[in-house]
Amino acid sequence: MDQKLMLLGDEAIAQAAIDAGMSGIYAYPGTPSTEITEYIIQSKEAKSGKIRAGWSTNEKTAMESALGMSYTGKRTMVCMKHVGLNVAADAFINSAITGANGGLIVVSADDPSMHSSQNEQDSRVYGKFALLPVLEPTNQQDAYDMVHYGFDMSEALGVPVLMRITTRLAHSRAGVIRKPARAQNEIHLPADPRQFILLPANARRQYKQLLHKQVEFEKYALESGFNVFTDGEDKTKGIITTGIAYNYLLENYPDRYIPFPVLKIAQYPIPYSMIETIYNSCDTLLILEEGYPVVEESVRGFLNNGKTIHGRLDGTVPRDGELNPNIVAVALGKKDTRGKDIPSVVVGRPPSLCSGCPHIYSYNALNEALEKWSKGRVFSDIGCYTLGALDPFDAINTCVDMGASITMAKGAADAGLLPVVAVIGDSTFTHSGITGLIDCVKDKSQITIMILDNETTAMTGGQDSSAFGRIEDICLGVGVHKDHIFVLDPSPKHHEKNLAILKKELDYEGVSIVIPRRECIQTAIRHIKKNKKTETIPSEA
Amino acid sequence: MKRDIILAGVGGQGILSIATTIGMAALNTGLHLKQAEVHGMSQRGGDVSSNLRIADHEIASDLIPYGQADLIISVEPMESLRYLPLLSPGGWLITNTRPFINIPNYPEMDKLMAEIEMFENHIALDADEIAKKLGSSRSANMVILGAASPFLEISYTELQEAIRQIFARKGDAVIKLNLDALQAGRDFAEAHIN
Repeated sequence: MDQKLMLLGDEAIAQAAIDAGMSGIYAYPGTPSTEITEYIIQSKEAKSGKIRAGWSTNEKTAMESALGMSYTGKRTMVCMKHVGLNVAADAFINSAITGANGGLIVVSADDPSMHSSQNEQDSRVYGKFALLPVLEPTNQQDAYDMVHYGFDMSEALGVPVLMRITTRLAHSRAGVIRKPARAQNEIHLPADPRQFILLPANARRQYKQLLHKQVEFEKYALESGFNVFTDGEDKTKGIITTGIAYNYLLENYPDRYIPFPVLKIAQYPIPYSMIETIYNSCDTLLILEEGYPVVEESVRGFLNNGKTIHGRLDGTVPRDGELNPNIVAVALGKKDTRGKDIPSVVVGRPPSLCSGCPHIYSYNALNEALEKWSKGRVFSDIGCYTLGALDPFDAINTCVDMGASITMAKGAADAGLLPVVAVIGDSTFTHSGITGLIDCVKDKSQITIMILDNETTAMTGGQDSSAFGRIEDICLGVGVHKDHIFVLDPSPKHHEKNLAILKKELDYEGVSIVIPRRECIQTAIRHIKKNKKTETIPSEA
Repeated sequence: MKRDIILAGVGGQGILSIATTIGMAALNTGLHLKQAEVHGMSQRGGDVSSNLRIADHEIASDLIPYGQADLIISVEPMESLRYLPLLSPGGWLITNTRPFINIPNYPEMDKLMAEIEMFENHIALDADEIAKKLGSSRSANMVILGAASPFLEISYTELQEAIRQIFARKGDAVIKLNLDALQAGRDFAEAHIN
């Protein structure tokens, strides 16, 4: 089994889950976490092992399904991007109180520098909030090994384990050596039949148990070998790294010799004794974290009256954004090797809607329909169509969180901003839009909701959309009147007809649904290609 | 030995096909490899890059430090210049001259080319034109790879072998087209260097 595979960090996690005897994975797609579940969906090994693999409607339903599988005694994983953990938070925090039965790993992929996100929140804070152990792999091999370890630990301690990764680990490829495969668990229900019943009396007892287990969590973090203290001769400075920050530190010492004591952290809660050792033996500390200054804040303490600590809070490292070898070099007092400046002739090239994308024609019609009104009345959402904020469309005014288009438009309508429009994609609609629609129907809000149905989850690469073929039925089912549900073909030749419908519905004093429907151009091309033999490496190899 | 390579282009241009080929050749040579890719929003016609690191020793960082890349390999001329802060003094710039224009304010070509030509270590070629002449406009990326091949410190025969492996299932004709594209790019580069 010492076969070396070239895997993305995401793929290493997926392969490890298969090898560690996982029985099912649940997820909602979100960059940079998507490839974990995609890998398992496409894996022949997963298929032959009858591993349940597929997309859930949102992160909360995914988290709860995984908890249900853990209840049965089987191993399971749930994956999401960092902001997805906000959606799953209710289930996640309470899963710490119920505890796990079969091994349960929650993977949350953070996106510092916001490559494809609206914030750079640090999931380690959630781990602390839930009082659960957190694993933060340093590299792809670590990620693979930690999944095996995480399942074992989850079952031994009877709690879910949070694995926190970041973009550069998730989307970088490196060699990974596999471990021997382990069989899946048989169904075995929890020994304590009250474990998963969080009535206050039970919950108080369970919560006390969770608090008692903190000592064990720390002991695991001390003994697992993932947290490593390496002494150094030069005690003027001790360096603490978390996650992939260690690699950037190492990169600055090509001969791999670091003169300072280094504490490499990859598992939480951080063992007190390890911090004590490096703090007591060094004059100052430099703390390098990919994400929030989580460790830095706790080592500093509220009064900050101990030794000098450098990091993100004193400006030695920028307060926001991901790290890189050069930022770490400067923090170490080394020279920045940055090369020539970008010539002024180079201009920005923001992402844009693909040529032929159906959203283009939806926005063209919407912009024209709204011409007679003042600007600022289109509430949008998360997906490719958020690019409607950019030139040449300049068509939307908000993008906050999954599903916020409908509910924010409702609030604005309640305030008297009429007409208002919500623009939401088909997948985002099922993720978190339906509940907001029910609010609108109940209050008879004057709101026009465009559900841009490209029949896929396009932004993350074309995953199945939960509402495929059922959007009108869902709208009817929650109480939208059938006379105010329209399906349009977002193509140039139907522009006048689409425009007329939109104009009419903007005047309607109630909830109306307009569904421009045409398949995403990317998945459409893929479907055509699938039926034809390709001649060279596909463009997205 | 180490080669730190920035691959540059526009989302959808398929820069990862170049990375895949170099990566396979490097692995077959027994070298260490790390490759940071871009997924997500910028794949929709935005600027994309990939950090490809090859070495005969273990590699620490997934990201190439600024000012330490040995090569920029770009399938688009303006994108080749976006990553100059990463290039080391003495590093090489290998770029396609065929622009990918999906923005209204794309710079004038002569200004762009003047900027590229100011750079001493550069190879600029119209890979699309060369590929088209060979009868396979889709193998432009292999022409670019060929032009970069003298600087990779991976033997040319290993690159050829990688192409044979990657296209094995597509048949001999496709393999030959891609090998010809690779050779055409290499010929261009060698003529330019000498």
